[in-house]
Amino acid sequence: MIIQDRMRVTGQQEIAKNIFEMKLTGKLVGEISSPGQFVHIRVSDSFEPLLRRPISIASIDKEKNEMTIIYRAEGRGTTMLSLKREDEEVDVLGPLGNGFPVNATASGETAILIGGGIGVPPLYELSKQLTANGVKCIHIFGFQTSDVSFYEEEFTRLGETYIATVDGSKGTEGFVTDVMKKIGDEFSTYYSCGPMPMLNAVQTTYAGKKGFLSFEQRMGCGIGACFACVCQTTEGTEKPYVKVCSDGPVFLAGVVSI
Amino acid sequence: MNRLKVELPGLQLKNPIMPASGCFGFGKEYGNLYDLSLLGAIMIKATTLETRFGNPTPRVAETASGMLNAIGLQNPGLQSVMENELPWLEQFDVPIIANVAGTETADYVEVAKTISTAPNVKALELNISCPNVKCGGITFGTDPQQAHDLTAAVKEVSEVPVYVKLSPNVTDIKEIAKAVEAGGADGITMINTLVGMRLDQKTGRPIIANITGGLSGPAVKPVAIKMVYEVSQVVSIPIIGMGGVAETADVIDFLSAGASAVAVGTANFVDPFICPKIIEELPAKLDELGVDHISELVGRSHRL
Repeated sequence: MIIQDRMRVTGQQEIAKNIFEMKLTGKLVGEISSPGQFVHIRVSDSFEPLLRRPISIASIDKEKNEMTIIYRAEGRGTTMLSLKREDEEVDVLGPLGNGFPVNATASGETAILIGGGIGVPPLYELSKQLTANGVKCIHIFGFQTSDVSFYEEEFTRLGETYIATVDGSKGTEGFVTDVMKKIGDEFSTYYSCGPMPMLNAVQTTYAGKKGFLSFEQRMGCGIGACFACVCQTTEGTEKPYVKVCSDGPVFLAGVVSI
Repeated sequence: MNRLKVELPGLQLKNPIMPASGCFGFGKEYGNLYDLSLLGAIMIKATTLETRFGNPTPRVAETASGMLNAIGLQNPGLQSVMENELPWLEQFDVPIIANVAGTETADYVEVAKTISTAPNVKALELNISCPNVKCGGITFGTDPQQAHDLTAAVKEVSEVPVYVKLSPNVTDIKEIAKAVEAGGADGITMINTLVGMRLDQKTGRPIIANITGGLSGPAVKPVAIKMVYEVSQVVSIPIIGMGGVAETADVIDFLSAGASAVAVGTANFVDPFICPKIIEELPAKLDELGVDHISELVGRSHRL
């Protein structure tokens, strides 16, 4: 169920250049049902900035009633969020959307998780849950440069992890697709989150494979009412369009017209 | 005595608060969050004769204390609204105000004729002010004669009272208001969004794919208040005021300016529970102002 919760900040730190890891506690955590869901955060109690910021959930700890979000402080809103300190309260709406289907990969099978930049965070909770189910996870992440890369150690603990950077400052020089070519396609499922050109490249490279893509789109309400975040679907899909916030953000590969 | 009850043509409102058209879909999303029967009324998303997919994305951009949108009247079309959306809303004890849009007079007339027969549709809101579609919409709302004629044509076929939604993007909104009143309008809803633009800092290009969008949110409230103040003094039909309402104090301002009821738009995106919160806070606000019934506030900005 979607709830509005005043969550308490239990941690906030910059883990890479302008990339923040924030921990929040509140009853909203109990409502989270799948990795890849997101929350809609009001960064100010005034009307400036006005709209909420959609941010994906990076990991959850139901026992501690705590969730971790990782975001890039880029514009005004996320910069304000990065100034919140421990014990401050934040107005959070969520959990929103439909996440990644963990059960689409069976125990003993292999899954490839491909992330780009700030699309990497939701894959962390996904990898934790897949790994716990006995799925072998291979991670391939792309970043612009080494100084904006994060969570390599955390992912390495869960499975093989490959990094590509555009400038070659870490791992393979180039894009995730350069790593994907080396890995081959001996896997059962792929899961991906990142910018649209990356999702398109991943979907094209793995044509015919079972995959799930998480999309990013400018949002208004976050709950499906305002029709800001619609995407056209491909021919032969049941619905003519989908809303990224409430029908997604995760879709079966091939459904959304990229 | 129910201190919040308001009676308007076709509408018995438990309270004067309703979500504005385009900010509430057809209610389903908010129906998952709270009981829609709490609301005074619901202004559903604009309905056109045919299914519309709307504009390309990006469709929204945030601005100082506001936002721009250019959704483009995306809706499932008249038939689907009649068969799916309106019957679903029947489970709630709440009057529906159906927003009617089109490209030419014949479209408006056909949608109005059919949608006004739905049992829970108690009034129509004629959308002659959408700034985000190429044909129709705002072109009817910026010319007094066209606004008059369209109102008259819709009045002729509608089974329920007709409210006309005015655009602020005109030289003199009073002229349009008087024209729709002369055309037979039972009420006025105002204001729709103000046309604006936002540019990308890096590229210099417009952010919204439609290039321009409609500005809404707290930023537009002073414009709306001024227009309600002016229009309420030149027409005798009631006004449902809107434009930047985000908290209970804003509702008081719109009533004082001359509105009889108030719609909440963009604020639903910021706080999906805003309508029931305002409704709950209103009685205490009336106490604070020393007012018994909410209608006592209407038009006090210019009352002698």
